[in-house]
Amino acid sequence: MRTYLVLLRRELGSYFVSFIGYLVIALAIGEMGLCFFSLVQSLLNVPSPLPLSELFFATPLFWLIFLTTAPVITMRLFALEKDSGTFETLMTAPVTELQVVMAKFSAALLFYMIMWAPFIGCAFLVRHFVNDPSVVDLTTMTGTFIGLFLLGCLFISFGCLASSVTKNQIVAAMISFAFGVSLFVISLFADQFSSIGGLVTLAFQRIAVTDHLQEFARGIVDTRQVVFYLSATGLLLFLTHRVLESRRWK
Amino acid sequence: MGNDPMIEVADLTKKYPGRTAVAGLTFQVGRGEIVGFLGPNGAGKSTTMRILSCYLPATSGTARVAGYDVFTQSMEVRRRIGYMPENNPLHPEMRVREYLKFRARLKGLGIAKSRERVDTVLEQCSLTGVSKRIVGQLSKGFRQRVGLADALVHEPDLIILDEPTIGLDPEQLRSVRQLIKNLGGKHTVLISTHILPEVEMTCSRVLIMRQGRILAADTPDNLGRALSGAHQVVAEIAATAAELREAFEDIPELNDCDIAPAEGDYMRCSVTATDGADVRVQIYDMARARNWRMRELTRSRLTLEDIYVRVTRPDGGEDRN
Repeated sequence: MRTYLVLLRRELGSYFVSFIGYLVIALAIGEMGLCFFSLVQSLLNVPSPLPLSELFFATPLFWLIFLTTAPVITMRLFALEKDSGTFETLMTAPVTELQVVMAKFSAALLFYMIMWAPFIGCAFLVRHFVNDPSVVDLTTMTGTFIGLFLLGCLFISFGCLASSVTKNQIVAAMISFAFGVSLFVISLFADQFSSIGGLVTLAFQRIAVTDHLQEFARGIVDTRQVVFYLSATGLLLFLTHRVLESRRWK
Repeated sequence: MGNDPMIEVADLTKKYPGRTAVAGLTFQVGRGEIVGFLGPNGAGKSTTMRILSCYLPATSGTARVAGYDVFTQSMEVRRRIGYMPENNPLHPEMRVREYLKFRARLKGLGIAKSRERVDTVLEQCSLTGVSKRIVGQLSKGFRQRVGLADALVHEPDLIILDEPTIGLDPEQLRSVRQLIKNLGGKHTVLISTHILPEVEMTCSRVLIMRQGRILAADTPDNLGRALSGAHQVVAEIAATAAELREAFEDIPELNDCDIAPAEGDYMRCSVTATDGADVRVQIYDMARARNWRMRELTRSRLTLEDIYVRVTRPDGGEDRN
């Protein structure tokens, strides 16, 4: 546990001393601001019965933040260490692969959650200026953050896996970006094919991340989805662990 | 030296697809020894060190460090070694003290203990002045010492340094070598290098490797003595090459001679005698008998470099082992 915390601290710290960490936060805040601005603009003209958080996820810009930041956050985790050789000093210290994987994953996830923090500010701003408290309430906000967290788990764990299989950060980012985009496209398909039915459509609907997030944003935390995200994350982290371990099989 | 050896390697083999990096290596290193791995690039030095530091598994054979198997008891081994890989990778964004503290904590030292040890190694590696600087902005010499400090920080029994002095200037070289030399006795040190003076200066024993095998293992002095049977005599004599060659025929002990023009009328002759015979007197007599002028007559002891070249030469150097 102590080793895990030592590693976690270094990993998290490295985000805040690197250019890329601040770049990600700046981009996320910028895009979030744009989302918020376009949202408020459209609300001026057409009133909506939906809670703010749900409207927020319906804007396409939101998905841009989501799909671009996760790969950038995770790309350096293993790829950089392998490339610079520090992976060798790390793995010859008395640490287990599991500690390394978990520390890197949690650091990236924590950073990702910190990146979303300004969103709470947006919500408070709206709440301050509208009279209707149902626009932003604790339930929907909690649901939203649970959703963001679970989706984050999935995307960050995939990013870990992508970063562990290559020495090249760009390649790692491309792999995890492709993964994110495919999930997003699958969600779109699921919407379009919903009238057709069949097993494939059902499968698509089950992994439709956009729909899941909409539900979370409504304040609905469905255990099926919680199980889906957590087990998928577990599987991806297990695979990452295996990739690191595979060095010792050759 | 202690009772049981620090490193015991038996029949260690490492195969990469299509290439054998280490072929049936067997050696032992006693406690407190400073042992140098010497060999050309690609001889298997780094691979052996990586296996010993538990980074890579061996294809076959066993390696034990302080009595623990590097594969099955890897955690125990890793707690006892300080390893500095080739090219000394560091986290460039961290500060020197911060980095060393991170490494100390990672290697299982408590907060107070790590602070104390970091101070000690900073002092030991003359890094106190740069402890607050960012690693990535340090000069190569300082970075190298940071790597060394990292290897030392948890007081390991065994220190494995893969080419620790590569790319240093002469001043830095001297200080790093001195540092390594001072580690002997208390720690066991295994260093790899292809720089010969380094081995002569720092190591108590040399293992010469080529193509994954150990060709020779002994102290630098003993290696020199073992091969001193074939020492060279250099003479500069004023005569023509043909005359000299003819004259040398009369000396039966002469094995081989190499004649090259030197400054002025002189010829520089490098001759090798058989069976450790000293041919200096014969050469002097020869020159006096023929009334040739001679301005140099020296016997050169084989340097480690000569030994190294002889042993690692692809054509049948092995028989000298």
